[in-house]
Amino acid sequence: MSRGKPEPVERIKQRRDRALAVLVEAVPYIGFLGVSFDRRGDELTGVLSYDPKLIGNPLLPALHGGAIASFLEVTAIMELSFTLLWDDVESGRIAAESLSPETLPRLPKTIDFTVDYLRSGLPRDAYARARVNRQGRRYASVHVEAWQDNRQRLFAQATGHFLMPPRDG
Amino acid sequence: MTGRDGEGGAAGPADGIAQKARIARQFIAAIPFSGALDMRLEDIGDGMATISMPWSAALVGDPKTGVIHGGAVSALMDTCGGAAVMCHPEALAGTATIDLRIDYMRAATPGQRITARAECYHVTRSVAFVRAEAWDEDRSRPVAAATGAFTVERPASGDKP
Repeated sequence: MSRGKPEPVERIKQRRDRALAVLVEAVPYIGFLGVSFDRRGDELTGVLSYDPKLIGNPLLPALHGGAIASFLEVTAIMELSFTLLWDDVESGRIAAESLSPETLPRLPKTIDFTVDYLRSGLPRDAYARARVNRQGRRYASVHVEAWQDNRQRLFAQATGHFLMPPRDG
Repeated sequence: MTGRDGEGGAAGPADGIAQKARIARQFIAAIPFSGALDMRLEDIGDGMATISMPWSAALVGDPKTGVIHGGAVSALMDTCGGAAVMCHPEALAGTATIDLRIDYMRAATPGQRITARAECYHVTRSVAFVRAEAWDEDRSRPVAAATGAFTVERPASGDKP
């Protein structure tokens, strides 16, 4: 890499946002849940926008355990996929402009997923961040944490193992 | 456990189980997220529950294959596990998930209904232990298996009908 003129910041942002948007749009279930992603550099925060359909216990009321598990799994897979795509897009192996749901590399597949419910999910927005603890050629281990009002008070966390998509080349 | 007399029915443990099954059935019908996923209660009673969910384009997790997202299968397993706890003879109506582990054994075939069956195999004063499996139309090969722990909610004191 030459130490030439730095790339215009707008172009960098455009490329990265485009890669993220294509990933999100490709998965219908993300839209069904109402999950979006905030990006700061390569850091992603999943945002689950509150909707009454996410409720599991109407008496409390509390978010459905399955909605929480879904949010965590979606965030874990997105973190892993975005990490993979980031390398391809930043290195120029894949041109961001050419990305579409059809040309997207295959997504990782969940092997197992364990959710730890720490407190009940309140009827309001929730946030989640995932960390890839290990990423090998075939397997990855990802931890994900979710909170609502207070980042220090998690309401759920999960660990999942994933089968990495085959890399051609 | 209190067996309350039904109209002309004999009171007893079986009656109590039937009543719990009725409560669970109504409760599941009132769960918004299970409704959003179009879940259907197939069978319930005595610590066992069977719930199914149709394939839908909105639930797809892998756009290239049309396979349903693991999270939707998790939601089915979680609902089914909770239902199994609620209809266990030693548990009372309310429950919440403490933890749930899902193993995804194979991709569910796109277009096919997924059916989960959960069994609440042990209950202590405070915890209910559950295992569950899910299939698509091929009953010989499960798509997923789950194990979980759920809370057991008991009344403050006494035994009320």
